[in-house]
Amino acid sequence: MELLAFGKTGWGDELFYATLMTIAVSITAMLVGFFFALIFTPLKLSKYKTLNLVGNFYTTVIRGVPELLVIYLFFFGGSGAIMYVASIFGYYEYIEINAFITGSMAIGIISGAYSTEVFRGAIQSIDKGQFEAAKVLGINKFGQFYKIILPQMLRLAIPNLSNVWQITLKDTSLISVTGLVEIMRQSYIAAGSTRDPLFFYSFAAVLYLLLTYVSMKLINKLEVRYSRGY
Amino acid sequence: MDFDLMFTSFPKLLGATVVTLKLLSASLFFGLFLGLFFAILRLNKNIFINKFAYGYSYIFRGTPLLVQIFIIYFGLGQIEYLRTTFLWVILKEPYWCAIIAFTLNTGAYTSEILRSAFQTIKPGIIEAGKSLGISNKIIFYKIQIPIAIRQSLPAYGNEIILMMKGTSLASTVTLMDLTGVAKYIISTTFKPIEVFIVAGGIYLFMTFIIHNVIKYLEKKYSFQQ
Repeated sequence: MELLAFGKTGWGDELFYATLMTIAVSITAMLVGFFFALIFTPLKLSKYKTLNLVGNFYTTVIRGVPELLVIYLFFFGGSGAIMYVASIFGYYEYIEINAFITGSMAIGIISGAYSTEVFRGAIQSIDKGQFEAAKVLGINKFGQFYKIILPQMLRLAIPNLSNVWQITLKDTSLISVTGLVEIMRQSYIAAGSTRDPLFFYSFAAVLYLLLTYVSMKLINKLEVRYSRGY
Repeated sequence: MDFDLMFTSFPKLLGATVVTLKLLSASLFFGLFLGLFFAILRLNKNIFINKFAYGYSYIFRGTPLLVQIFIIYFGLGQIEYLRTTFLWVILKEPYWCAIIAFTLNTGAYTSEILRSAFQTIKPGIIEAGKSLGISNKIIFYKIQIPIAIRQSLPAYGNEIILMMKGTSLASTVTLMDLTGVAKYIISTTFKPIEVFIVAGGIYLFMTFIIHNVIKYLEKKYSFQQ
């Protein structure tokens, strides 16, 4: 137990901050994912074949390639890409991007592909009559989407989004390869310096279980809230 | 774009694909049996057996695969007793540690897939078997299992693809699988995009094949001929 003490003697406070970091990365990644889903869902549902192709390309590639490979692409390619853009503007110094930003972008793009599929499925399962009724009532496109489709879609999407959240939360463990100090990285450091990997990795597993358990409870509440009246 | 690098790295990556496929097929093979075993335990009426099977799938589905591999590869070696048993021959090899971790992981997901498939079998089918005087054992092996396998094909296809992506984590325990070799080439040449295109292309090709094989099997074994 003294291994988990707070302060200088134990790893308690380090692991606590690492857990906060995991939560922060997961939430950021989820939001980045929503942003991507907001762009790509309309593309996938569009009438135009080319736009469909772009949307399908995104979801197929990201869901068919290992997360770790995407993270390596961002980790090794991220600063290179930024430096290339900077060099156009005449800036040739070395630029290092924050591991937090690279990590949440990489996980966000992965999470976005899953969110896109969820939103697409949810929109497609809304009754066609709803779209038609909105049109007949003379509601403009913007109102149709935000006031009629979106609330109904959210109700249908929440159970599947909770799966996406779980995947995203677990994927953040992979960012540890880039050196961002989240649960996995901190356990790695602690395991290395105390030579007690079994304890620290098992403790990391417990932390992840706790996070998934608590978030499931919260999402269930949300689900109840959004299905009022059904 | 460095096309030369893409051409020269392709054979290396293809060689590493063999390692990925070996890891995948071994863990899917063992995982299927483990999953079936735990799915049957889940259907057991004894509450302790039931809870034990649920706990197994909850723990392995609720924690990242990376943690599971690290516990098995780095953690188990710490137990002095294990080092003296014959198990150590297996556990000191990263290859077998990875396969054990993947098997336990895919077993947990497979058990959930099969459990829900067993539960969606209409009671009428089992009753029909009973009224024909077929024994419970044969009903289970000849009626319930084949129907459950057919029902779970689409979900299991997804699981195969997820597992294929999961094998990339073998690279974190020093194995040179497709992702491991890709990372090595990236870190020596600093050309991430080119390597990503080639390695990602190989992964996508495998996804494509798995997807179509499952689709074919679904069609072949569909109830409406």
